Amino acid sequence: MIPGPFHYHRPTSVAEAVALLAAHGDDARPLAGGHSLIPMMKLRMAVPDHLVDLAAIPDLKGICEDGDRIVIGATTTQREVIGSDLLAARLPILAETARQIADPQIRTKGTFGGNVANGDPGNDMPALMQCLDAVYRLAGPDGSRTVPARDYYQGAYFTALEPGELLTAVEIPVPPAGHGYAYEKLKRKVGDYATAAAAVVLTLDGGTVATASIALTNVASTPLHAAAASALVIGTGLDAATLKAAADAAKAITDPATDGRGTAEYRREMAGVMVARALAKAMRRAKGA
Amino acid sequence: MPVDSPVVPVALTVNGKPERLEVDPRTTLLDALRDRLHLSGTKKGCGLGQCGACTVLVDGRRVVSCLTLAVMNDGASVTTIEGLGTPDALHPMQAAFVACDAFQCGYCTPGQILSAVALIDEGHAGSDEEIREHMSGNLCRCGAYANIVEAIRTVAGQEG
Repeated sequence: MIPGPFHYHRPTSVAEAVALLAAHGDDARPLAGGHSLIPMMKLRMAVPDHLVDLAAIPDLKGICEDGDRIVIGATTTQREVIGSDLLAARLPILAETARQIADPQIRTKGTFGGNVANGDPGNDMPALMQCLDAVYRLAGPDGSRTVPARDYYQGAYFTALEPGELLTAVEIPVPPAGHGYAYEKLKRKVGDYATAAAAVVLTLDGGTVATASIALTNVASTPLHAAAASALVIGTGLDAATLKAAADAAKAITDPATDGRGTAEYRREMAGVMVARALAKAMRRAKGA
Repeated sequence: MPVDSPVVPVALTVNGKPERLEVDPRTTLLDALRDRLHLSGTKKGCGLGQCGACTVLVDGRRVVSCLTLAVMNDGASVTTIEGLGTPDALHPMQAAFVACDAFQCGYCTPGQILSAVALIDEGHAGSDEEIREHMSGNLCRCGAYANIVEAIRTVAGQEG
């Protein structure tokens, strides 16, 4: 298993990287941790002629606060997400999710930007970014633009990213202090992609849900923002009937494939179970229990 | 259209020794270590980042060397099993693997040991459950897991 031949580039600025990507179009791919792209290249499912390594571009790395948003640079590793004090304080669901991605070695090199950018429906961060209503910053030859995570994914490995464009950072609105959160992932073994997974962030007003956002991983060709299920729990105390109704509403938008992780019917059912578990856990956390 | 890969220079420090190579950019760090530097202690298992047999430390952090290109690690410091101890002076983790009988065929063992050393450095040896979780990237088809956990617990206790 050896990748096809390619030219290796190591630009030192975003402008230089975008110029390389734009010059070579579909024949070029950006390279971050490489833990999705290099296996694809070894299997010859991807045969780029040009690899643009982003490792020497300092502007793409790091986690910072920008007003009411947290901005995560594309080449920030999952290990750095897990180790961030800022994220632990403001957005603990990020580390909770990152810890469920692959294994420690993969998280050393695997990047946050690669996980959200490449459109693999098995990746965990895309649904979380939809749950949090994050915005992706894309740089291209004609300048920069932003695309909401909820509009970015078009199909398995098909995204709003155009040839010549590069995802440079992700802006995440910070939920209010004291919010409840949970990322519940069913998997066959540690390191596996999700059989089904659900991300939940909610806030309470007294004992009832004031705001809620639910999104699903790996139960369709794209991550899914479960808007109807989210709306359904607002104003409730998340009693058993509401949990079931929200799970049913989430299941209704899934379209999972039958694969080694189970039949489509099983995976749809598990999506509902993950939604109910994540809602219940988020509620407990919001109540400080 | 396929292109020829022009060779690229790579400078690495491997087990404390500076190395300069000219490599085809397709060369993984694993193949550079094994085929170019003849350090065959690092094993090639699945080649797809799933088994952990090729685990080495890059700048002190554990990575799977099969999924990173040598050229991506230009300037980095790499530690392989050959750099950890010597047959006459084993690293404490190597000695613990022997004492606890933490391997059978031995193929996954260099990766297990490098991963275990990193695990303790990361502070994840607090309980058997935590050790198992943070050794999840290293598969052992002989099933020596119970003794691997024992070896790691032993070393963590000595250091703790």
